[in-house]
Amino acid sequence: MRLPKAFQNTSLMVGAAISLAIILCAIFAPYVATHGVEQMDMRNRFALPNAGHLLGTDNFGRDLWSRMVFGARISLTIAIISVVCSAVVGTVVGLVAGYFGGWVDQLLMRITDIFLGFPAIVLALAIVAVLGPGVLNVSFAIIVVAWTEYARVVRSTTLVLREQNYVQAARALGASPIRIIFKEILPNALGPIIVLASLGLGTAIISESALSFLGFGLPPPTPTWGWTLSYGTKFMRDAPWLSIISGATIMVTVLGFNLLGDGLRDVLDPRQLSRGGAKTK
Amino acid sequence: MQPDQTPLLSVDNLQVHFPVRAGVLQRQVGAVKAVDGVSFTLARGETLSLVGESGCGKSTTGLALMGLVKPTGGQVNFDGQEIRSFNRAALKSYRRRMQIVFQDPFSSLNPRQRVRDIIRAPLDIHNVGTKAERTERVAELMQRVGLRPDQADNFAHQFSGGQRQRIGIARALALNPDIIVCDEPVSALDVSVQAQILNLLSDLQRDLGVSYLAVSHDLGVVEYISHRVAVMYLGRIVEIAPKTKIFANPAHPYTELLMRSAPSHDPRKRHQFSATNDDIPSATRKPSGCAFHTRCPLATDVCKTVDPQLSARDEGRFVACHHR
Repeated sequence: MRLPKAFQNTSLMVGAAISLAIILCAIFAPYVATHGVEQMDMRNRFALPNAGHLLGTDNFGRDLWSRMVFGARISLTIAIISVVCSAVVGTVVGLVAGYFGGWVDQLLMRITDIFLGFPAIVLALAIVAVLGPGVLNVSFAIIVVAWTEYARVVRSTTLVLREQNYVQAARALGASPIRIIFKEILPNALGPIIVLASLGLGTAIISESALSFLGFGLPPPTPTWGWTLSYGTKFMRDAPWLSIISGATIMVTVLGFNLLGDGLRDVLDPRQLSRGGAKTK
Repeated sequence: MQPDQTPLLSVDNLQVHFPVRAGVLQRQVGAVKAVDGVSFTLARGETLSLVGESGCGKSTTGLALMGLVKPTGGQVNFDGQEIRSFNRAALKSYRRRMQIVFQDPFSSLNPRQRVRDIIRAPLDIHNVGTKAERTERVAELMQRVGLRPDQADNFAHQFSGGQRQRIGIARALALNPDIIVCDEPVSALDVSVQAQILNLLSDLQRDLGVSYLAVSHDLGVVEYISHRVAVMYLGRIVEIAPKTKIFANPAHPYTELLMRSAPSHDPRKRHQFSATNDDIPSATRKPSGCAFHTRCPLATDVCKTVDPQLSARDEGRFVACHHR
């Protein structure tokens, strides 16, 4: 039953196709790119998209298609690092807060609220400004903001799951809280975490692009999407495709991950509701 | 099998009160006295049933004994040891000897685990035997409760309700406990399956000498499995007696009401005894004196003021009533 249902979900399939295409481009970037990233061709500055340059060239005559392809590597690396780390941190915080409750819950959730209270992009800007640019620093800036979402969702899932009889049974057996949290609760909380993580990839790419756009991302000549979008605006009259194409790349990528996440939610959630209940079919 | 007479478990004045909080400051404004002074003993190889209407505290009593709900008062003595003085390690060994089977065979098994892992969990938690011995024990337990050991790789949702309850029983048996708390063990099952599970429970008692504390509202089930029956009303035991006595000749008016309201096989039999009032009082605001006086046809002035204590009647029977 599981596979056919997933295949019938249009947004899941479209999202998965877009995401997969972009991930493959990033992995096989040297083969997919037609030119070197920093290979300049001053005679072909501001070339319109044509057979030699699929998406045209920029002010140094660099091939935009190749820069987009290599840019995917950077965006995805940062997105994956930040999503994995924030999911792990947020999940652990949510599990602990939800399972133990009481003052532990209060303390952890108030800390979460403090992080939520900051405007996300300002906090990220401040962190990069202090730490300096770099893949890990940009990822860190995104993690600091993104983990809260996981913490809140996982906490509320845990609150429901810890009342389930199989958790009570494990307690009656004398299982340690660690065993209960990781063996009994976490496997049943994975659905929402997976959904959040795929949506989070999109958000992380937006954040990374925003930081690059504002000049707080990886420094030039690194081919980030956000910086291409940013300096493209300077040539908006003569070569509008620079900004349009890099913007569209960001949009399509984020759309792909969001569709994937929405699709996963549709496929996983009804099951989530019946899980542990009587109607598991 | 006739139970041994020395008590294995003795419970004295057990209380479980849940605070009721209200207002901005979450001040305690009252308490739900779910269990309010319950005392009984359970012998080795004996089945004691707790019966009563929903909300009378019978399940909470079972959960409190398992340490799943924190008792607010009272003493529990298990095989000569006081349980509240137990340190962490001793509590773990107590849990080895006392297990629970839940009412709902669907939510009591983790949907993400294979049957082998569910039944093995108690052995893993208490570090019993080597890996090979644990695998062997799982197969043995599955056979013992009437499951095919080759189903060990299946997930719980691949089984029927009755089979799931067997898995739950196998898990409870894994550590060879002395007592199993059965919280409505068959009420979620089809009637045709109930008998099979009840027979399994009594076979296990005969072969292993395990004691049951059965919580149930189904008098048919209670009559079938129990040696003794304790009737609870609003957090108290109002009558406790050997099964044959309590069914043949209920003493407390509430017991009588309970027995009479169970449907009879004989359609010509009519309810001869009825409560004067069908509303069950709230456990937050219990009536003064005897908690049952608001519904009791025998109630007099003394019932409104003086709370009757359990006292011995004929052999083995204790009743809390001024008039019977």
